[in-house]
Amino acid sequence: MSVRLGTEPPSAPPPPPARLGGTGRTRGPRRRIDWGRYYTWLVLAWLFTPIVFMVAFSFNDPAGKHNITWQGFTFKWYANAFAHPTLNEAMFNSVSIALLSMLIAGALGSLLGLALGRFSFRGKQLTNLVMFSAISAPEVVLGAALLSTFLMMNVTTGYWTTVVAHVMFCVSFVAITVRARVITLDPALEEAARDLGAGPFTTFRLVTLPMLFPAIMAGGLLAFALSIDDYIITTFVSGDVTTFPLWVWGATRVGIPPQVNVMGTLLFGVGLIMAVVNVVMANRRR
Amino acid sequence: MVTTANSSTEEPAVTAQDASAQDSPNPSEQGPEISLERVVKAYRTGSDTVRAVGGVDLEIARGEFFSLLGPSGCGKTTTMRMIAGFEEPTEGVVRLSGRDVTGVPANRRDVNMVFQSYALFPHMTVEANVAFGLERKRVPKAEIRRRVGEMLELVELGHRAKHRPAQLSGGQQQRVALARALVNEPGALLLDEPLGALDLKLRQSMQVELKRIQREVGITFVYVTHDQGEALTMSDRVAVMNNGLVEQLGTPAEIYERPATRFVADFIGTSNLLTGTIGAADAAGHHRVELGHDLTALVAELPKGLSAGDRAHLTVRPEKVRIGLERPGGDLSILPGTVAETVYMGSATHYQVSLANGAEVTVYQQNSSDSTLVAGRGEAVWLSWAPRHSYALPV
Repeated sequence: MSVRLGTEPPSAPPPPPARLGGTGRTRGPRRRIDWGRYYTWLVLAWLFTPIVFMVAFSFNDPAGKHNITWQGFTFKWYANAFAHPTLNEAMFNSVSIALLSMLIAGALGSLLGLALGRFSFRGKQLTNLVMFSAISAPEVVLGAALLSTFLMMNVTTGYWTTVVAHVMFCVSFVAITVRARVITLDPALEEAARDLGAGPFTTFRLVTLPMLFPAIMAGGLLAFALSIDDYIITTFVSGDVTTFPLWVWGATRVGIPPQVNVMGTLLFGVGLIMAVVNVVMANRRR
Repeated sequence: MVTTANSSTEEPAVTAQDASAQDSPNPSEQGPEISLERVVKAYRTGSDTVRAVGGVDLEIARGEFFSLLGPSGCGKTTTMRMIAGFEEPTEGVVRLSGRDVTGVPANRRDVNMVFQSYALFPHMTVEANVAFGLERKRVPKAEIRRRVGEMLELVELGHRAKHRPAQLSGGQQQRVALARALVNEPGALLLDEPLGALDLKLRQSMQVELKRIQREVGITFVYVTHDQGEALTMSDRVAVMNNGLVEQLGTPAEIYERPATRFVADFIGTSNLLTGTIGAADAAGHHRVELGHDLTALVAELPKGLSAGDRAHLTVRPEKVRIGLERPGGDLSILPGTVAETVYMGSATHYQVSLANGAEVTVYQQNSSDSTLVAGRGEAVWLSWAPRHSYALPV
């Protein structure tokens, strides 16, 4: 059964074809229940309920320290969203680490994906194996392993060890996204560019890179999203540095201030805008 | 204002182009556009080496429409890719306009290619696709705009300049690919089965179109195809390839009328192949070929390497064979037979005729106004053809 959304009214399926010979039962069109439609809404509701609560409670006016029961509507948390200096710092750390991870893992992962998709070389299978194991390994294991590595190497954990760790677990996701795109590229496209007088670098700049750009963007955004809300690995390698998820977790015992909901809502809003822009751009390109 | 700016910048560009057009043909006016000398391409697969191309010599003349024809895996595409510079020959030399280009990368060779998959850049407009090659050569912007416009007019796609390739039909994409290659005015245009993805009707109209464009621009075309009809109708000369070697090189008529090998006779059109022993020459210089069971046919001449007493294949095209109920007279190959099958095709009738020695001969007879259906199944008939229509090939 097809999943339909919105546009069509649920009733009035096309009338059944008239039977030839006339022996068939004559009944009105039977109403069919479009289960796929209800199921779709159910899934969407399930996905969005927590987000709706987060957004709603950013407007809550709680009585005590705990922002868990609805008391009344207020804008005051938006007016002083940055009232907690340590929360601001944690948020700044998270966003900057996520941006750095996106850039570094995006660049490294794209090159990795290009190499894995295009060339055959010694160690290709090993690289694939390492990549997939980095994805499938439990984060606790990765975090503990990274921490012991840093300790053994006598590196003080902090901001930069966190960046290194985030790049490490993001790079595989970018590489897989880009590789999938590279595999579907017609190799004749690059040959055509060569044939028309473009050297290897020009070919990459004018043909290969633009063709891979959507995948690189997707991989980069994935890296950003993975990095900004990472908790488990970050707890192991962040040292004295606090990120947004760590701050929120630390605050649970004393009560999470509504500013956390405000920042969460703002982050969600930015993500939503990027998604909408992406869809609009893709439509315009078509 | 815009027009004055255009015309003033255009003028020097035109003269520059004219000057270069006068310059370039001079140094190599006499030689062939493309020549391959004993070119070999071998691939290693594990411990084996496979010779995709096993020693090909070709000379393709300036302005010629030249086809490489053969079944898949015969080495025709590899040969073309070595001319384009996407593959390097293992042995031998590739020359363009007399210059040895072996080892020169594709982007520095004066040939352009039309790919089987078209390989249009999907993220660029039609216009940008066509301008790509000229931009690489740093041709002035105004001249690029003019030449791209002219080329799109030539392929009748001027109105589609701002579209993206995905918005065009297969035939239109094909023409963009052609324009993108031709606009660079290459020494030769290489076409790799360019019509393969089109449906029959479009393919036929594109064949005519390609021929027209080739005449108009006067550029050497090298055309790779496995479609014999395409090769025969469009080409000035055809090289029939098999197993990495050129089996026969000649005009379409030569290839069709006088196949040099059994492979060519089989691959091009339909041929009847009879096996026999060559006899002595008669008074008219025709050799008898004894086919067994008292059947004899005549051949006008023997190829080199065959002489009286040798076993040979004798080929004759179905449309050269006449079928009749009476025994014809004259200096002809005359064979009795029995009609095994009659297929009425509208404009022609096809017969399968069994001979006493067990061979079957296919005969095409035009259904012209005065001919009627001659024979039905099981009827005894006489087949005849002139000696010059059959050729002896080594067994």
